[in-house]
Amino acid sequence: MLATAVIMFREVLEAALIIAIVLGASRGIAGRGKWIAAGVGLGLLGASIVAILANAASSEFSGYGQAILNAVILLGAVAMLTWHNVWMSAHGRQLSAEVKAVGLDVRSGQRPLAALLLITLVAVMREGSEAVLFFWAIATSGEQSLNMVIGGLGGVVGGMLVGLLLYIGLLRIPVRHFFSVTSWLILFLASGLAAQAASFLNQVGLLPDLGNGVWNTSAILSQNSLAGQLLHILVGYIARPSGIEIVFYTGTFLTILILMRIFGNLQGRRINAGENPA
Amino acid sequence: MLDRIFFACFAAGIFFISVSAFAADPLMLSIRGSRFEPELLAVPAGVKLKLVIRNPGNLPVEFESTDLSREVIVRGQGETEIYIGPLDPGNYRFFNDFNRDMQGTIVAKPASNKEN
Repeated sequence: MLATAVIMFREVLEAALIIAIVLGASRGIAGRGKWIAAGVGLGLLGASIVAILANAASSEFSGYGQAILNAVILLGAVAMLTWHNVWMSAHGRQLSAEVKAVGLDVRSGQRPLAALLLITLVAVMREGSEAVLFFWAIATSGEQSLNMVIGGLGGVVGGMLVGLLLYIGLLRIPVRHFFSVTSWLILFLASGLAAQAASFLNQVGLLPDLGNGVWNTSAILSQNSLAGQLLHILVGYIARPSGIEIVFYTGTFLTILILMRIFGNLQGRRINAGENPA
Repeated sequence: MLDRIFFACFAAGIFFISVSAFAADPLMLSIRGSRFEPELLAVPAGVKLKLVIRNPGNLPVEFESTDLSREVIVRGQGETEIYIGPLDPGNYRFFNDFNRDMQGTIVAKPASNKEN
């Protein structure tokens, strides 16, 4: 029962943390709640479909299909997070001022609502499919399955609580720094997801590893520890990264950063966040 | 969007780079009850290897290794294959993410000594 709870907790944690960051980052954008909720719903549906496919007798969804699907999903999330951050660097100052002034929702401009939906969908679908697969297996395995289902649900609730804690923590950040912080969080998050996509493509031989274990910090912080896993999700910590993971991480990081600088200066926004737009 | 372009360029370039040495026979890893078989898998270092994971049980298994950056689900009564390496000599731990008590180690040895 406890073991099941821990497994489900781990599977839910990544999605919960990503949703918490996205919820924070989209603070003040009108209609975000509906779109994010729709993302969760569609994500669960997608997760169930993937789980059914993965469990199907055909071999089409063996290692190759799985890795490609994971890589496509992750790169899709990276693209959406990029869009969100670029939009925020163009509108963040206005958003920040309005949230500070009256807490009103921003109603103008082309809001990245579809991006919010897709990020949530992707986050839920990826880890959710593993959770569904595992959950389905224990639920139908017969022996002690009720205990395990209860444990599993406990794990799901636990993961969601950690996400909620992160969200509450984010909201305590003063408004004038708020969108800078969430932009940086998303920048690291997206880079980490890109590195994961690279390792999935390398796993099926579509990308070279460009050196395995370029460095190894397992002795300092194991990636299997809770702290290591949290950092892996949030900033893409890899204890023993391959060359291709480093290339994708830095490439994504720099690409998003440059785009953000082009569409609005991060530094300038932080300084001027208190000013009202003209 | 730019990420996709970046990625596409990268993927295109990659096929030219990835002409590396290849071991002929795939490595086999099976699941027996709640253990990996074998739990200690000796492989040659410096060679790209195909690893076949066979799961004759009814429960799905998620083969995962943070040392190798590998993660793949093997459904019940199914098998799947992934690539690993070329590895530097050393130990690489792996486990079943659905049951972390199930663990094993891949030991990469210098390629001059290919017979285990």
